[in-house]
Amino acid sequence: MAMDESVRKAILGAVPSLRAFAISLCGNVDRADDLVQETLLRALANIDSFQPGTNMSAWLFTILRNHFRSEYRKRRREVEDTDGHYAESLKSQPEQYGQVEFREFREALAQLPQDQREALILVGASGFSYEEAANICGCAVGTIKSRVNRARTRLAELMHVNSAEDFGPDETVRAVLASGE
Amino acid sequence: MSERKPVEQENTMEAAATRKKANAKPAKLGRDVQARLGQQLRSMYDDVVNQGVPDRFNDLLNRLDNDGNKDGQ
Repeated sequence: MAMDESVRKAILGAVPSLRAFAISLCGNVDRADDLVQETLLRALANIDSFQPGTNMSAWLFTILRNHFRSEYRKRRREVEDTDGHYAESLKSQPEQYGQVEFREFREALAQLPQDQREALILVGASGFSYEEAANICGCAVGTIKSRVNRARTRLAELMHVNSAEDFGPDETVRAVLASGE
Repeated sequence: MSERKPVEQENTMEAAATRKKANAKPAKLGRDVQARLGQQLRSMYDDVVNQGVPDRFNDLLNRLDNDGNKDGQ
């Protein structure tokens, strides 16, 4: 059966955001790309369960998230302290995830509990609504909201920011430059 | 001679209570801080999004599509 052109377009269109999500989940570009590839294979094998007219991107995010979760559980049995391991893997590959300028932020993000990290990314970066994020994570909307709030508070603590000035001169300069564009 | 119990223990408990109070979390993050954290999160994420679709994923879909066509014949 040939792939429907609109399906193909929708899948490829979701790939950049799926990669960004995968990288922020596992902290490693190569593993993230493998995760995306496995997600696409699973999605195409189960394309009949996709309801046309619904959000392809949200469907793919759900598959990726569930797949990552089951892999994560498997690995957890093998490696103790997976979150700590994740933080270490970030430190050893600072150049892999975008630019060095996000290093401090990335390291703080890596220290969040996984539930909070994924909720924050889905709502704060992937652009999903609280309802969509709740569907993707298979939990209540209120749960997502409280995870996002806790994630934000914890991030601010980890980065020692109490006010916008605490972001440092670089950030301020960048904001001024950006506003001058 | 009677032994006197030091009253230090009470003081210590009081000190602990004061410390606990001082460590209480601020109720809410300022809007400006939230906005800046959000900005950093999005720039980091968009950095990856802007890389577009790596060849391996185009190749993967092409390969699957070709396999699919062969199967159909």
